Amino acid sequence: DCPGTGSAQAGSATACQGCPNQRLCAAGAAPDPAEAAELRARLRSVKHTVLVLSGKGGVGKSTFSALLARGLAARDDKQVALLDIDICGPSVPRMMGLEGEQVHQSGSGWSPVYVEENLGVMSVGFLLSSPDDAVIWRGPKKNGLIKQFLRDVDWGEVDYLIIDTPPGTSDEHLSIVQYLSAAHVDGAVIITTPQEVSLQDVRKEINFCRKVKLPIIGVVENMSGFICPKCKNESQIFPPTTGGAEKMCQNLNISLLGKVPLDPQIGKSCDKGQSFLAEVPESPATSSYRSIIQRIQEYCDLQHSQEEKII
Amino acid sequence: LPLCSAERSNLAGVQHVLLVLSGKGGVGKSTVATELALALRVAGKRVGILDVDLCGPSIPRMFRVQESAVHQCDSGWVPVFAHQDKTISLMSIGFLLEKPDDAVVWRGPKKNALIKQFVSDVAWGELDFLIVDTPPGTSDEHISTVEALRPHKPLGAILVTTPQAVSVGDVRRELTFCKKTGLRVLGIIENMSGFVCPHCSECTNIFSKGGGEELAKHAGVPFLGSVPLDPQLSQSLEDGRDFIQEFPKSSAFPALAHIAQQILDGTSPQSS
Repeated sequence: DCPGTGSAQAGSATACQGCPNQRLCAAGAAPDPAEAAELRARLRSVKHTVLVLSGKGGVGKSTFSALLARGLAARDDKQVALLDIDICGPSVPRMMGLEGEQVHQSGSGWSPVYVEENLGVMSVGFLLSSPDDAVIWRGPKKNGLIKQFLRDVDWGEVDYLIIDTPPGTSDEHLSIVQYLSAAHVDGAVIITTPQEVSLQDVRKEINFCRKVKLPIIGVVENMSGFICPKCKNESQIFPPTTGGAEKMCQNLNISLLGKVPLDPQIGKSCDKGQSFLAEVPESPATSSYRSIIQRIQEYCDLQHSQEEKII
Repeated sequence: LPLCSAERSNLAGVQHVLLVLSGKGGVGKSTVATELALALRVAGKRVGILDVDLCGPSIPRMFRVQESAVHQCDSGWVPVFAHQDKTISLMSIGFLLEKPDDAVVWRGPKKNALIKQFVSDVAWGELDFLIVDTPPGTSDEHISTVEALRPHKPLGAILVTTPQAVSVGDVRRELTFCKKTGLRVLGIIENMSGFVCPHCSECTNIFSKGGGEELAKHAGVPFLGSVPLDPQLSQSLEDGRDFIQEFPKSSAFPALAHIAQQILDGTSPQSS
């Protein structure tokens, strides 16, 4: 029986003989020992790695990744890296105010684009020359670029590597987990919105994490209610008809890191490439984000740092 | 699943194929596909929806048929009917999963294989419209779907965006995808365009405003309209209800009805 296209035996198990997909499964397999060693060497200088995932699109992964990176980089003594592996829809450059920036090469690899001295960013967006350029690639080519991002970017010494992902459970997600198996991943933060249409996809993402043994730091419920600025009444624009993230987390025994309400200023700051946390410090959404970031930081601090891990 | 060789292509009875695309996730592609199907049905049309979002299939739940299974007939797979009168038929990987929370963790090649089957092996019968709902992006699903549909000369694509620049940025890339693959752009919809508070009627542009309309102007494609955020629409989709029939006074209704009308006008015998 098919071992599963994501398994380490994909393409090489006895059941794979004669399967039309065999060659392709084998091609997408985990990095060979030499590649794995290369990746491990490059990622040795990274203390903590956090993946930001969701089964569902448009729930605020990139928004959250950008704010998480900014929040962690608020401490001058921490070095933060933000890696955007959404190859088809890279939102991170705009959100970080880096639209139009390009990647430079040096002797030690590709240089990340720096927002602050202690906050560097990498995205396919920096490799495109026009905002209309589309990356119309099938899986294997996307995987190749993701591997390059991990292998060739000279991040230097990094305290936190935040990885923003596209929605789904496909090539990008399998690849990043396989390539990072050479290093240490603290865990995944899963983003959702309250309604069942989102949760049904997010449960799949949670199953994916369990399948590939990726620890789940917790879930963030975004777009959780809207308070009218005029009359202050609350509306549930994305109604939690099945109990929202709270009920899902209870059922699946996962931590709910927090709920963030809708605030029109969030989208505005993202569009302008500014930090919502800095621009609108008094918003209830800011307090929610800050508390969630704090919890993630605490979770990471409890993990062993990479140097301490016995390889 | 066996590949059937039907004497007549399974898409031979389909008058118009249209795709719902967006570079961006979560902007309302499945919502638009669903509401468009419901509106076309009210106009007396037979509609099918092919859901090629293999990782996050939303269509079954939006029609309250998430428990249904797919059966086979001589010419292939029988689509799932959303109503007794069989006026809306659906196909989605959601119907093929053993458990609803099962993750489809497939790389491109396996996704491509299923999409080819979805395009050629579903026995749609006679349809006025086949709407293809897609995942966000410009990758395997999109390339494979467009390639498989090419012999059937799709009418074109409707692109959905939300108003803010971050979404429009991705939809610009989708426009490039359409240009490169020779897919006609029927128009752009700006979804989640403003929210009118049900308590005090104050309008707040939660996700900004105007970006979709500007993009249509800039790209020289028709602007099909702005659809406001409507909690009743969200609720309706959650429950798998027929928003078009049950909530004609709700704030999103006029825009959605207008979109359907433009599609009908564009495909009537008088227009060419």
